[in-house]
Amino acid sequence: MKRNPHLTQKIAFFLLLLATLLIVVPVGLIVVIIIQKGLPAMNWQFLTDIPRQGMRAGGIFPAIVGTAYLVGGAIIFALPIGLLAAIYLSEYSKENILSRIIKLAIINLSGVPSVVYGLFGLALFVVFFKFGASILSGALTLGIMILPIIITSSREALESVPDSFREVSLSLGASKWQTIRHIVLPNAIPGILTGTILGLGRAAGETAPILFTVAAFYLPQLPGSIFDQAMALPYHLYVISTQVPNVDEKIRYGTALVLVLLVLFMNLMAIIIRSKLRKNKKW
Amino acid sequence: MAKIVTQDLNLWYGNFQALKSVNSSFEAQRITAIIGPSGCGKSTLLRVLNRMNDLTEGVRTEGKVLVDGSDILGAEADLVSLRKKVGMVFQRPNPFPLSIYENIAFGQRIHSGGIKKEDLDALVERCLKSILLWDELKDKLNKSAMSLSLEQKQRLCIARLIAVKPDVLLMDEPCSTLDPQATARIEELMHELKRDYTIIIVTHNMQQAARISDDTGFMLLGELVEFGKTKDIFMAPKDKRTEDYITGIYG
Repeated sequence: MKRNPHLTQKIAFFLLLLATLLIVVPVGLIVVIIIQKGLPAMNWQFLTDIPRQGMRAGGIFPAIVGTAYLVGGAIIFALPIGLLAAIYLSEYSKENILSRIIKLAIINLSGVPSVVYGLFGLALFVVFFKFGASILSGALTLGIMILPIIITSSREALESVPDSFREVSLSLGASKWQTIRHIVLPNAIPGILTGTILGLGRAAGETAPILFTVAAFYLPQLPGSIFDQAMALPYHLYVISTQVPNVDEKIRYGTALVLVLLVLFMNLMAIIIRSKLRKNKKW
Repeated sequence: MAKIVTQDLNLWYGNFQALKSVNSSFEAQRITAIIGPSGCGKSTLLRVLNRMNDLTEGVRTEGKVLVDGSDILGAEADLVSLRKKVGMVFQRPNPFPLSIYENIAFGQRIHSGGIKKEDLDALVERCLKSILLWDELKDKLNKSAMSLSLEQKQRLCIARLIAVKPDVLLMDEPCSTLDPQATARIEELMHELKRDYTIIIVTHNMQQAARISDDTGFMLLGELVEFGKTKDIFMAPKDKRTEDYITGIYG
């Protein structure tokens, strides 16, 4: 029997669509359920109050603040180092075995399970540097976890700047650093920002790296310094979902909703910045 | 006195010899054209003159290139001041993705920090006037240079270069992406610029070389086969290979 190409095409199209739906539907369902069950908890008091009655009532303000501190600290640490490393790798290092190994290692690091970063942070920052379980330790651990993301995306952003720009700049008598500073970096900023924000989103959502390094089980007050422990959204969610009996469902889902919205918001920012700056770029 | 002189200049890309003992001398206030078929080394020769070849890996040179009498191939040569003196216009117009104003101001911003706004304004005006675009562009200085036409972009690239106050303009097939009218206008501009600069142009287009240049060098397989007054090269070439190329037997 001769195959009907139109039929084959339709079957293939259907299978592709099915595979796509298979990915989209669960994500959609999760979001819908979280919104549906979490929305009733959403009010001003929930967002700004401390947890009360053993986390069975009150709000999640300390966890929000803790997560903000951790994410902020991680970026203060990771962005400068990551950017400088990316500049070195893309602009200065020669293409040889060593630089290829370094690049490969960085890509692999971004695939390391986050709990490994948690243990690493525990060993290095909490124990060895004696920072204890503290915002500092947690932020540094998260920073190390998102470094590969920042380095890789920044490097790609730098490398996508056309060589002809570098060439002209040098031909006008600019030094290599002036070329990077005035021509390459400004044109790479969209990509760098996008990578940074995606890294932030990852840092905000991870539980394992903060588990041993900073997260407090129950701390109904705001942290006073970077050497204090703090609550954080992902860990708080874990605690009230599995460790504390009889927590109202809407508080659990409300916490999840806040976390999801936070990450969504950051990713959205990344997308907006990228598309906005991409529109200006015309080479 | 010759502005630029090359003496027994050899250049290798890895094992490939792209220039074979090239001896040439480029005079000030003249346009010198370098012609020859693809791959003959004419762009390579041009790019040695302000050491843009350094950006390519595996390049090795021998011999001397004297700019105003001092050798620029030596290790102690100052690349920044060399490139300020010997600037380059590229084949594809390549303005920075900045405003028209900032494109021209770029050189000043990197070479002299803390320049006054009025001085910069004056510089931009002077450079745009010298490429005959001031009247057209004076009201849109803050527009992106990417919005210009190809010809305007190439002119802007020349203005950006002039702003660095070079002595020598190296032009690597500056008209190859332009239409004939635009090409004619750029050639006219080169004639204007000749009074103040030493111009060396690499071109595929023999007619262009014949039209605009005072001196011409013909290159083939890395050798500078013949070098002399343009009218001599075109009317009475001494070398058989030059004659064959010019009469279109190959190339």
